[in-house]
Amino acid sequence: MNKIIEKQQLSETVFKFVVEAPLIAKSRKPGNFVILRIGEKGERIPLTIVDSDLEKGTITLIVQTVGATSAKLCKLNTGDFITDLVGPLGKATHVSKVGTLLAMGGGVGNAPLLPIVKAFKEAGNRVITVLAARNKDLIILEDEMRKYSDELIVMTDDGSSGRKGLVTDGAEEVIKREKIDECIAIGPAIMMKFAAMLTKKYNIPTQCSLNTIMVDGTGMCGACRVTVGGETKFTCVDGPEFDAHKIDFDELLKRLGAYKKEETEAKNH
Amino acid sequence: MTENTDKLEQERNESWRAELRNSMPMKDRVAIERVKMNEIPPEERIKSQTCEVNTGLTEEQAVLEAKRCMDCPKPTCIEGCPVNINIPKFIKNIERKNFAAAAATLKDYSSLPAVCGRVCPQEKQCEAKCSYLKMKKEPVAIGYLERFAADYERTSGNTQIPKINAPNGIKVGAIGSGPSSLSFAGDMIKLGYDVTVFEALHAIGGVLKYGIPEFRLPNAVVDAELDNLARMGVKFEKNFVVGRTASFEDLKEAGYKAFYVGSGAGLPNFMNIPGENLNGVMSSNEYLTRVNLMCANCDDTDTPVMHGKVVAVVGGGNTAMDSVRTAKRLGAERAIIIYRRSREEMPARLEEVKHAIEEGIEFLNLHNPIEYLPNAEGRVAKVRLQKMELGEPDASGRRKPVPIEGAIEEIDIDIAVVAIGVSPNPLIPACLKGIKVTRKGTIEVCEETMQSALPEIFAGGDIVRGGATVILAMGDGRKAASAMHDYLSKK
Ligand SMILES: Cc1cc2nc3c(=O)[nH]c(=O)nc-3n(C[C@H](O)[C@H](O)[C@H](O)COP(=O)(O)OP(=O)(O)OC[C@H]3O[C@@H](n4cnc5c(N)ncnc54)[C@H](O)[C@@H]3O)c2cc1C
Ligand code: FES
Repeated sequence: MNKIIEKQQLSETVFKFVVEAPLIAKSRKPGNFVILRIGEKGERIPLTIVDSDLEKGTITLIVQTVGATSAKLCKLNTGDFITDLVGPLGKATHVSKVGTLLAMGGGVGNAPLLPIVKAFKEAGNRVITVLAARNKDLIILEDEMRKYSDELIVMTDDGSSGRKGLVTDGAEEVIKREKIDECIAIGPAIMMKFAAMLTKKYNIPTQCSLNTIMVDGTGMCGACRVTVGGETKFTCVDGPEFDAHKIDFDELLKRLGAYKKEETEAKNH
Repeated sequence: MTENTDKLEQERNESWRAELRNSMPMKDRVAIERVKMNEIPPEERIKSQTCEVNTGLTEEQAVLEAKRCMDCPKPTCIEGCPVNINIPKFIKNIERKNFAAAAATLKDYSSLPAVCGRVCPQEKQCEAKCSYLKMKKEPVAIGYLERFAADYERTSGNTQIPKINAPNGIKVGAIGSGPSSLSFAGDMIKLGYDVTVFEALHAIGGVLKYGIPEFRLPNAVVDAELDNLARMGVKFEKNFVVGRTASFEDLKEAGYKAFYVGSGAGLPNFMNIPGENLNGVMSSNEYLTRVNLMCANCDDTDTPVMHGKVVAVVGGGNTAMDSVRTAKRLGAERAIIIYRRSREEMPARLEEVKHAIEEGIEFLNLHNPIEYLPNAEGRVAKVRLQKMELGEPDASGRRKPVPIEGAIEEIDIDIAVVAIGVSPNPLIPACLKGIKVTRKGTIEVCEETMQSALPEIFAGGDIVRGGATVILAMGDGRKAASAMHDYLSKK
């Protein structure tokens, strides 16, 4: 049982939670995630650790209400408890001094992106961040990102904030303008697919962090399978970050919808 | 661990045993038919995932079956048992209706008799060595009797908590909460150690909880054992991945002096054939975890599980049987085993195969999947099968299945469950510098002591043996406890 210390609404559907988890706070690295469960009948879902506070022994999680579990979590308040929380899981991001990093975030993907942007900045890189969402209200963590970015570009589908256009539009301008040494793209699978296509065109090494379906998160079930460079990998233990140019995004997109039928038909509560 | 024969003989010569032997002529004993296990009828039991198939023996049945045991002077059954339980002693206690003493005898050798009585492959172990076989008769139902004695104790309400030495204040950790770690923990707590079991999942029990379904091993049986351990003082830390949540160094700093690694062989193997990542194709671990650990088949839980009219399960072991029978219980019209060898070579427990047949499971033996084919939505719709025939014996002594050239067929399926084996979880070996692992990724240990190349690390169960059995995992835990005690006492 882990206590919620703080809750904050970031957008209509996105909430930030600060949760007591001293051991995880101590051992987590950028790129790691946790698996949590709400209630004895709950399912296990993965969430990226966005930040941690060693002194307070807390970790920060950011959740968008998409399914039953995220909705349950978002209904919890400060002082409530999360039934089960385990982590840190997954491989940490390989952070090094590469020169200039171009970070692309889409929607709630900004949450897992933030600790990586922060780590690259702290490692002495020049960091350019492009954030994108459908509209102004859905852009999250803009201020935090700005803090750790040398330049921040905001893109919205409707132009209600920043410039009108897709994340890839903003990113391509930057790529054409200056030398980019490495890219990272985190967001909806379809966005990452197009981001990967873009950077492949320019031959820039790129990582994506995948949010596959998971059950245990410890390598035990294979629900999180993904094909990378023709080989099957388990996202929870081999990832969640992979070489974007080798990921089979079409398979990933299909696998993300594997339980659509079951979730809507059998369990509409 | 074979018990010295003198002690066995001494016990056999105790007056009550001798009297019991003489109380009934041998020819009357051998004339008794082997007891049949009481079972819920197939039509009824397939309606529920949690309805235990075997309901156990009645007292009369157990006592009568116990009479069949001839209390042989050279009890070969003991040799067949991986932990050398004094089988005649516990059975003769059942015959004289001292069921508590029977249970106590079992507990001297095994920390989980109620579990082993249900899941051990007795037909390959103790019962395979029973003297009745030499007379071309069915062996004594040792497994049923083990279950009877253990269940008697559990349901009698006065489970004996073993004597516990005064606490010595020495902290030791067990990693994983499967049968191996649990038996280690039980022995160490008795010796007075301060024992903590760390488990990555949110439930304690390892495969006993997430893998083996309740129709074969009810959670209540496992929970009773866990309760006992907790009452004895064992501490449990759930949601704790050793090597992640805290490192071995962190734990050592927190005062842990030695560790037992019972982290199992949790990684599911796939065949690496085309189409294996299609939706609808999954590992048996995923299928069983969703149902057994997450209760995905219940209406009021959040975890989904796929339902299908035709479910194909690839493999011939216990995991495959558990998966295919789960599919039947989840409403599959056709639940099919696909196995590349013949029925005789299936590694599953005999009883599970028998139960599966009764439940209407179909068997496609000598067939091997070579590809999964999708429907328009990209979900699995067909499996292509290569027909096989048996060739020369291979390294395992079983005849090797070889493809029959050109004999390929396709069957329509909705779900495929891959149950072709597991590999050790690499996390622990990867975070222990200096530990020795085999080519298969299992941890290398000294066979007698279960001590690894790092003196403070002991290991056993599936992480050392690859996918093995509950009884072997349990035996390893006990061996390690006794060796770790020696090691820590000398330090
Ligand atoms: C479906 C199925 C059916 C089976 N049927 C039978 C049967 O009928 N008879 C039989 O004898 N055997 C059977 N087996 C095999 C038997 O269950 C195993 O051999 C036995 O459970 C191994 O015990 P163990 O303690 O080594 O590991 P496990 O039971 O696998 O337990 C290991 C535990 O360690 C945890 N863990 C792993 N890494 C870490 C870490 N770093 N930190 C914390 N925790 C960790 C895992 O989450 C897991 O819970 C079956 C197996 C399966 C999967
Ligand atoms: S989530 Fe189960 S193996 Fe990755």
